[in-house]
Amino acid sequence: MTAIIHPDAPADRVGAQSPFRVARRVRGLSDRAIAWLFVAPTVALLLAINIFPLVWMIRLSFTNLNLSMSYLPLRFVGLDNYSDILTDEDLWLRLQTTAQFVISSVALQVVIGFGLALLINRQFRSHSFWTTIILLPMMLSPAVVGNFWTLLFQPQIGPFNYVVGLFTGIPPSSFSMTGEVALAPWTIVLVDTWMWAPYVMLICLAGLRSIPDYIYEAAEVDRASSLRQFWSITLPMTMPFLMLAVLFRAIENFKMFDMVNLLTSGGPGSTTELVSITLKRAAFEKWRTGYSSALAIILFVTVFGAANIYVKALNRVKQR
Amino acid sequence: MSAVAKSTAHSIVEASPRTKAFAGTLVVLYALVAILPLLWIAATAFKSQSDAIAYPPKVIFQPTLEGYVNLFTVRTRQTREFINSLPPATAWYDKLVRSHDMVIAGPSKVVPRFINSLVIGFGSTFLAVLLGTLAAYAFSRFRIPLADDLLFFILSTRMMPPVAVAIPIYLMYRQLNLTDTKIGMILLYTAVNVSLAVWLLKGFIDEIPREYEEAALVDGYTRLQALRKVVLPQAVTGIAATAIFCLIFSWNEYAFAVLLTSGDAQTMPPFIPFIIGEGGQDWPAVAAATTLFVIPIVLFTILLRKHLLRGITFGAVRK
Repeated sequence: MTAIIHPDAPADRVGAQSPFRVARRVRGLSDRAIAWLFVAPTVALLLAINIFPLVWMIRLSFTNLNLSMSYLPLRFVGLDNYSDILTDEDLWLRLQTTAQFVISSVALQVVIGFGLALLINRQFRSHSFWTTIILLPMMLSPAVVGNFWTLLFQPQIGPFNYVVGLFTGIPPSSFSMTGEVALAPWTIVLVDTWMWAPYVMLICLAGLRSIPDYIYEAAEVDRASSLRQFWSITLPMTMPFLMLAVLFRAIENFKMFDMVNLLTSGGPGSTTELVSITLKRAAFEKWRTGYSSALAIILFVTVFGAANIYVKALNRVKQR
Repeated sequence: MSAVAKSTAHSIVEASPRTKAFAGTLVVLYALVAILPLLWIAATAFKSQSDAIAYPPKVIFQPTLEGYVNLFTVRTRQTREFINSLPPATAWYDKLVRSHDMVIAGPSKVVPRFINSLVIGFGSTFLAVLLGTLAAYAFSRFRIPLADDLLFFILSTRMMPPVAVAIPIYLMYRQLNLTDTKIGMILLYTAVNVSLAVWLLKGFIDEIPREYEEAALVDGYTRLQALRKVVLPQAVTGIAATAIFCLIFSWNEYAFAVLLTSGDAQTMPPFIPFIIGEGGQDWPAVAAATTLFVIPIVLFTILLRKHLLRGITFGAVRK
């Protein structure tokens, strides 16, 4: 009877010597049934909310669908959208802007985050309290952060320009962090670093704490200088953790939308128009659904590739 | 000899007091500079309109609750004569508003938006943690074919650019009449959160020794009873931490909210930037909304501080 209900019952019989397996076979649902029952709702939800729309979008990316002109007959245009995107010079510029943002913000976060982690690892008094304070910005809503930094960056009334003026003597109303072509790309890097340097710090700190003391003791016995210890022990042993932080921040900033949308909304001109903002404009302002689906697919593939590398890095760290 | 050994040990395991003081000073300086923007916003919430836009920016000012009153009300400008013809104001907020030649016309939309944030946040958190706990238990305890690929698939859905995900969701929700509904947003946030929940909870459940359950099974419990009476009570901390992470995500989320809602289901993040007064953003009111919005996050961060590392690495780094 059980064999009919539970297809894996014969396999259980093989291991029937163990009391654990007997208990499992005799009472309630089989393990395999439970496993599927438990995983199925999650997979079903993800199929419905992620995969089905994705497949639909792949189909749309080969069409000329434009929601603001939905009276036009739906036509399959083959790879036209993709070739439009790949030959669009403006879009390459947006990708360049995005790459510059990703590289400079992640680099800055690594320097500040790793530096802070080294300092906090000295375990001075009340370091855990100050660590929690430092971590606060990364827990906030990026949109709300982008919004309130626009107040801080107001040329006349904002405290940022005033403080810069105090230290450098530059009149506070003579420059605008969010309104000037030369400054705006650095403004988004600055705010992003304020938010996410703590993230790099927290992960590096875990890396530093994973290094056993005896390695430093051995180095000390060998009379290695502290600089040598840093290059030969600290840095290589923290590297897997640092890579983890770098990869995740790079992926997150590659798809950055919320904070920058509220801080500069891509401006002035298109100096801070990251590729997600371009995508949002194409999809939700120009309503070029076919075209933007193709662009979305290209971004998906990129992130998917990066996520694959990230998960490999995660598993490497996990084994530590 | 012993003195040498002592000093070496000191320099290795523990930093010297001078190094510590130096490191501490730098870190505290960074923390103070980093926290300043938040303190500035909290202070701006208590400024009057004119103090908020004063030059040079005011550090010392007469605190007022104008910002908070403006956040919760809609006001209309009236003539002195009209205000004087009204029955005398009794409530303190009426008096405050009338002193600026205005009368309160009604409540603003902030309370419904706040409730939307709560409903969507708790709804999606509950579902994500429920589904996540079940799936994580299965991944942790049973051999599931292609488990690694399935786990990667689950995580990769979270890493997709939200604007790109929103395009087909927008089309699908339009067909299903789910645009600008709480149910629609709850389902969407559940899908995003469930990936984090599965990964985090798998880490927590992996740490509970299997022997406990096996003993329970031998005692005649079924798997489900063992899960409910043995595993779940042990995983309570992990489940709570996971729930807070999910709640924070839903609370903070902006891209989906701004693209897929416009009114009925709008949450706080897309609402806050559009709190406007006469002539542009009403900064004290925006700051007041931001403060109220951020306070729960600050509390949660303090509660979570031991689990933050896990949360941001999907459970991979545990210390």
